[in-house]
Amino acid sequence: MGRTLAEKVWEQHVVRRADGEPDLLYIDLHLIHEVTSPQAFDGLRLAGREVRRPDLTIATEDHNVPTVVGPIADPVSKTQVETLRKNAAEFGVRLHPMGDAGQGVVHIIGPQFGLTQPGMTIVCGDSHTSTHGAFGGIAFGIGTSEVEHVLATQTLPAYRPRTMAIEVSGELPVGVTAKDLILAIIAKIGTGGGQGHIVEYRGEAIRKLSMEGRMTVCNMSIEAGARAGLIAPDETTFAYLKGRPHAPSGELWDQAVEYWKTLRTDDDAVFDKVVEIDASTLTPYVTWGTNPGQGLPLGGAVPAPESFEDPIERSAAERALEYMGLTAGTPLREIEVDTVFVGSCTNGRIEDLRSAAEILRGRKVATRTLIVPGSMLVKLQAEQEGLHEVFKAAGAEWRQAGCSMCLGMNPDTLQPGERSASTSNRNFEGRQGKGGRTHLVSPQVAAATAVTGRLTAPADL
Amino acid sequence: MDAFTTHTGTAVPLRRSNVDTDQIIPAVWLKQVSRTGFEKGLFAAWREDPAFVLNDATYEGASILVSGPDFGTGSSREHAVWALQQYGFRVVIAARFGDIFRNNSTKMGLLPVVLPGEKVEALQAAVEADPSLQVTVDLAGRQVRWAGETVGFEIDDYTRWRLMEGLDDIGLTLRHAEDVAVYENGRQPWLPTTV
Repeated sequence: MGRTLAEKVWEQHVVRRADGEPDLLYIDLHLIHEVTSPQAFDGLRLAGREVRRPDLTIATEDHNVPTVVGPIADPVSKTQVETLRKNAAEFGVRLHPMGDAGQGVVHIIGPQFGLTQPGMTIVCGDSHTSTHGAFGGIAFGIGTSEVEHVLATQTLPAYRPRTMAIEVSGELPVGVTAKDLILAIIAKIGTGGGQGHIVEYRGEAIRKLSMEGRMTVCNMSIEAGARAGLIAPDETTFAYLKGRPHAPSGELWDQAVEYWKTLRTDDDAVFDKVVEIDASTLTPYVTWGTNPGQGLPLGGAVPAPESFEDPIERSAAERALEYMGLTAGTPLREIEVDTVFVGSCTNGRIEDLRSAAEILRGRKVATRTLIVPGSMLVKLQAEQEGLHEVFKAAGAEWRQAGCSMCLGMNPDTLQPGERSASTSNRNFEGRQGKGGRTHLVSPQVAAATAVTGRLTAPADL
Repeated sequence: MDAFTTHTGTAVPLRRSNVDTDQIIPAVWLKQVSRTGFEKGLFAAWREDPAFVLNDATYEGASILVSGPDFGTGSSREHAVWALQQYGFRVVIAARFGDIFRNNSTKMGLLPVVLPGEKVEALQAAVEADPSLQVTVDLAGRQVRWAGETVGFEIDDYTRWRLMEGLDDIGLTLRHAEDVAVYENGRQPWLPTTV
């Protein structure tokens, strides 16, 4: 019987297999940031251990960094960033600190440098590591104990997750993006729908996505509960990689491409679970609640808790409406926001900024709007294309690279009761700041919303 | 980590679903570089509400958290596990867990127990009826027992053994350092390095 892509990549990385034990899996690339690594480095020091493969490890500063030029004001954040610098120097790990041209959100810089390649295993102490699966590898988030384990051994003991196919047929209509697609998928299968599985996104609509769009889809696999998400590599993948600093070149490039072309699910392979979705029926999606599964087409209305048959979903909806300050039956397009955020590892890449700029060109924002490039290289490219001038002319704030308002760890936060339209990945209670209310949207919807001050699709303008 | 064989204690019912790790420990607490002191941040936002179940003195001293489904979804922060343990929890019982949280728990010796949804609700109701109810979580026997109820749960043999022995994964893996070295010699030549 044939094998799925996930099974092929997994098997390629098994260092040791023994009955009754998890596989020992080799890790090709370990990404590090300041938040989930300090206790892991402490553990190494306590045990007198080294980093086994500093040459397969790379660190950046992203979660705590302010996105305005200047030093970190919060002493606790500053200590955390300084701790990473000290650890990177002591253990010989390459670091891209604030102000460095290569600095950025950890899941933006890996692909940008060409370090993320098909068929690899990639981990990071960050759940959105699933992003890297867009290149056809297995990439997943781990906790600090596992970060320490990978630092010390370059391996992880793990059971192979089950496999799940999400078949996306048809073509996304104009104005409907990869973000809308993944929000629709999560709304369909729920925040636990992918638990215990590696999801392979397949089908016509997926093949037609750019690498940026594929990264947006894979990024939010974790919001559907999946261990990882991946997409088979193809010409789009190879074209994105070619010429990047860490991509192979010359004869090695040819060898690599030959191998990468074998990285596809065999026709007779069987997935443990299959979900089908028709892309051609989709419209822009937004979330109304406090988990990413609580989403609806923008043309809809805030649902009534009574409309949920499952008592657990009903009580979750009641609680969500209370937290979000929403009334059942309100059209989503009438919801007013205080802040618009474009950025994050979900939607902080050049294509996302281009699509937001296209909508903001020649228009003015009606509300506070933060545009935060995912990395300093994205920032540079956007400025070379003149996008920053478009944003500034519209009255939006053009910032430095970082995680920014995706999570409440740096100065970019919502105040209690404030409402945002955000291109990030989580609408959890307090995610963007204590008491903040988040609606997840695509960059296009974010930009259109900035113009009107209420949830708006570009087509409404 | 501490070994876990059998634990008996009182429980606290958390009747919420999708308890994400941002609720278990908000991001602002993640700026610490130490491994201790996270109990103060456990459910920090929810604990501001006097009606929140952890503020109910009836449940003081409980060491078993009985939650709605999809506990520990979201962020990979192991700080969520540290916060629960440092607050005094040894076990979390739910119908479904976020994968990363569940993994992190077993690395630290916090036992995540999956029970069927109706059994979780029965236990929550039993605890609400009698907060002094003694609940036994028997890892050796793979059972949860309370007031005449016995419910089995599944856990793979290897993880169970590791938890019962309190073994550190890194030490176990380093016994296979030679296998790792052999594997490394056969890696594909085009794979990137960060240098």
